[in-house]
Order: sequence, then C-alpha cells, then structure tokens
Amino acid sequence: MKVLLGLMGLLILFEGTWLFQNKPLEQSIADGEEIYQDFCLQCHLDTGKGVSGVFPPLVESDYLMNNIDLSIRGVKYGLSGPIVVNGEEYDGVMQNQGLDNEEIADVMNYILNSWGNKSTDLITEERVSNITE
Amino acid sequence: MKKKFSALLYLGIFYLTSCISQENPPEIKTPDQSNYSTETIVDGIDVPWGMDFISENELLVTEKKGILYRVVNGKKTEVLGLPEIYKRGQGGLLDVALHPDFKNNTVIYFTASAQLEGDTGGNTALYCAKLNDNQLSEVKLLYKGTPNTKKGQHWGSRIVFDDQGHLFFGIGDRGNRDVNPQDLERDGGKIYRLNLDGSIPEDNPFTNKEGAKQAVYSYGHRNPQGMTVHPKTGEIWENEHGPKGGDEINIILKGKNYGWPVITYGVNYSGTSITDKRAMPGMEQPFYYWVPSIAPSGMAFSSSGVYRKWKGDLFVGSLKFKYLERLVIKRKKIVKREKILNEIGRVRNVKEGPDGYLYLGVEGKGILKVVYK
Repeated sequence: MKVLLGLMGLLILFEGTWLFQNKPLEQSIADGEEIYQDFCLQCHLDTGKGVSGVFPPLVESDYLMNNIDLSIRGVKYGLSGPIVVNGEEYDGVMQNQGLDNEEIADVMNYILNSWGNKSTDLITEERVSNITE
Repeated sequence: MKKKFSALLYLGIFYLTSCISQENPPEIKTPDQSNYSTETIVDGIDVPWGMDFISENELLVTEKKGILYRVVNGKKTEVLGLPEIYKRGQGGLLDVALHPDFKNNTVIYFTASAQLEGDTGGNTALYCAKLNDNQLSEVKLLYKGTPNTKKGQHWGSRIVFDDQGHLFFGIGDRGNRDVNPQDLERDGGKIYRLNLDGSIPEDNPFTNKEGAKQAVYSYGHRNPQGMTVHPKTGEIWENEHGPKGGDEINIILKGKNYGWPVITYGVNYSGTSITDKRAMPGMEQPFYYWVPSIAPSGMAFSSSGVYRKWKGDLFVGSLKFKYLERLVIKRKKIVKREKILNEIGRVRNVKEGPDGYLYLGVEGKGILKVVYK
C-alpha cells in the first residue's frame, strides 16, 4: 500500500513537472519576441519605449520591474485606469489579448530581457497560471 | 570639387530627411477648442467599437471584449445570446448595424472574431440575428473568413449598406500581409459585398473568376477601421490603418485593387522600407493618406445642418492622437484638416445620429455626443 502511495506521489510530481515543463529562457525569449511583434509592438513600439502619456514604456519601467506579477495580471486579464510609470500618469485601456499562459510567460521573458532590461526572474507558465484576476 | 560634393551630399540628406518628416498636406490645424464640447450618452465602456441607432434615444453599442449593449435614454443593458467570441489580439466583438428594414424585421448584423468548434486560430465573421428586447435569437453565421490563424492583428471591421439591397463589410489582412490582400482565393485584406440575406450578388466582380472568393468586392486592403456611405453620391468611403505613415481614405469601387502591400506610402513600424512603390498601373491611389499616421477609426459625414459650418465635411476619429479630425473636401480633394475636441481620448468610432448630431465612441469612456456651441 505504502509503495503504491509512494508511486502515486511520484506520478503526481512527475505530472506536475510534465505539465509545466519549463523551456529554457533563451527559447522562451525567442518565442516571446514573436508574440511581442504580433500583439504588443503596435502600442509599445519595437523599442519598448511606448508613447509618452499614451502607452507606458516597458523599457526601464519602474512599474514593470517593481510589479512583475501585477504586470502579468495586466497581460492576462487586461489593465485599465490610472497607473504611474516613471513619474508619468497613464490612464488608458489595455485589453486582455487572449494569450495562453505559455505565451504570456514567453512575452514577459522577452520584455524583461530586451532593450537593456535585465531580470533574474524566469517567468514560468506555472507562475502565470497561478495569477488570478 | 570635394567641397561641392559634400555640399551636395548635405543638401541631399536634408531633402531626404525633410521628405520623411514632412506631413502630408494639408497641415492639420488646431482651431479654438472652446466652440465645441461633448455630452456623455453612456459611460463605462472600455472599447466601444461599433454603434447603431434604433431611435433618437436608443442605440446598440458593442464592447470589443464581447458585450453587446442596448442603451435606452443613457442606461445600458447587456443583450444576451451572442455567439462565442474569439478574443485574440485586436479581435473581439466589432461592428454592429441594424438591417435597413429593422423596424419591421428586428434583424441586426454584427462582425466578430470567430473560432468555430474544433478550429485552431480564428478569422473575422459576419452574423445576423433577431433582436427582441435584450435578447438575440436566430443567430446565423453569414460569412466567415478563411483560413484561420492565431495572429492577433487586423480583423477589420465595419458594416455599411447601399440603397440597392447590399451589405458591405471588411476583413483586415490578418497579419499575413504578403499573402492575403493580393490573393483572391483567400480571405483577408478585402471589402465584401453580400445581399441582405447573406447570399452573394450575381454581379459581384469575381463571380466568374475560378477559385476566387465570390463575396469579394475590392481587395488590397490592410485593415479597414471606418466605413460610411456618402450622403449625396452613395459611394462607399473607407479608412484603413496602414503601416507607419500609410493610413488611407479610399472610395471603394467594384473589383478594384487598393494595392497593399505592393504599393503604400508607409514604412514598417521599425522604420524599415516595405516597398519603394507608391503607385502601380492597375492599383488605386488613396483618396487621401495620412503622414504621420493618426490611426483613423470610424468615419461619418456631417450631412445634417445642426453644426452650422460642418455640413458635408468628413469626420474621422484618431486613436493615436486622441482627437476627432474634421476633413473639408472641395473638388474631390481634402483642402482643410482640423483637430476637433483635442485630447478627448482614443476615438474608436464616429457616427451621425438620427438627430443629425455626431456621436463618438471613445475608449475608456463610452459614447459621447458632439455639441457645437
């Protein structure tokens, strides 16, 4: 019986890692770049600088770097109403783009590691899946 | 000699850069803003994509994320019974329009991003349904673009009618610009014409062309975001998002090719070139193009006399610069451009209401009525 339970435990562990198998950061960044170009670039621009007062910057953005989970939530569920980024107020609407958790992890990894941004935080699909509205 | 050469080089560079940064005339003016203001008709709508009027005090409004509202005297109620909306990127619930004989048949049309059962990805679809109170019934899919894609861009879409029993709507290039807009066998990058029951008119331009999508009326479009019927000529006017510096106004003619991406006045968002061609034989020139891009959305002529000086002028929303643009047309040319309601917000839609006033869909706000003092 104990053996069986142990085996089941192992299986659950295995399933967990299988379900949320993390791809290497470089692969995630590369996939994220494609997502960025499709879904984000139009407003935040290919430089990540956005448009002052209209679309907040993603490059050297205090809001992003200090609120990574909140930013993931914004991508996952949408974000509207006033926020302050680098001392400037933004009061726009970003709708949820319909990305799945893996796509959100990828695009976050791309944003957090582009245009001079650097993050030691690897965003995993699991982390995205745990963020609720 | 060397001096002369470098002088010429500088001159050349000067001309080049001045060309690139130059605004396509006429230059936009910002007149005294105190002559106009707005009244809020309904608030609390993030992206009011489409609207149509049932009566002076009653209208339908779409919210892009997938809600249809019926607004009566400023109070909004959700209409139930929409089909599943595929929310992806710029897609969602798009335009809504009443059947020309809505009073008798209560039929409405709407466009939306659709992913049918068992599909991956999606494309733009046109539906009709009966509207009774706040409930849709007999929802029917009239047209759906193919093939599907998981791309998030360029779904269109607007719906208008001519007075000969046709419905026109647009689908954007769906993020596949090098294939879709110029290929008549694929949807995307097209304006379509259907009969009001969804069937294909026999005199559509490509009904005799084998393999072509028979609903296509014109092609070579990027992303149609505004459509309206000229109140005098009955022509279908359209605006579309180009790449950077390539937004256009087009008058839609049967079977014509509007050139995207073979010809364009725009460049890639990154600034790199798409093509050096601005014109080609067999391809239509835009009626007007915006440099810089204003990200036009919505479109209406002011045909009523309620605004003393605006009769016959064209109004277009600017998503990018957050104002309503007034375009004055003389002898088939834009002769004047003005910012009306500067900084009002991202203007997603513009319509002339049954009372003759202009109504705007403004992002983060809702529907506003333009009042001219």
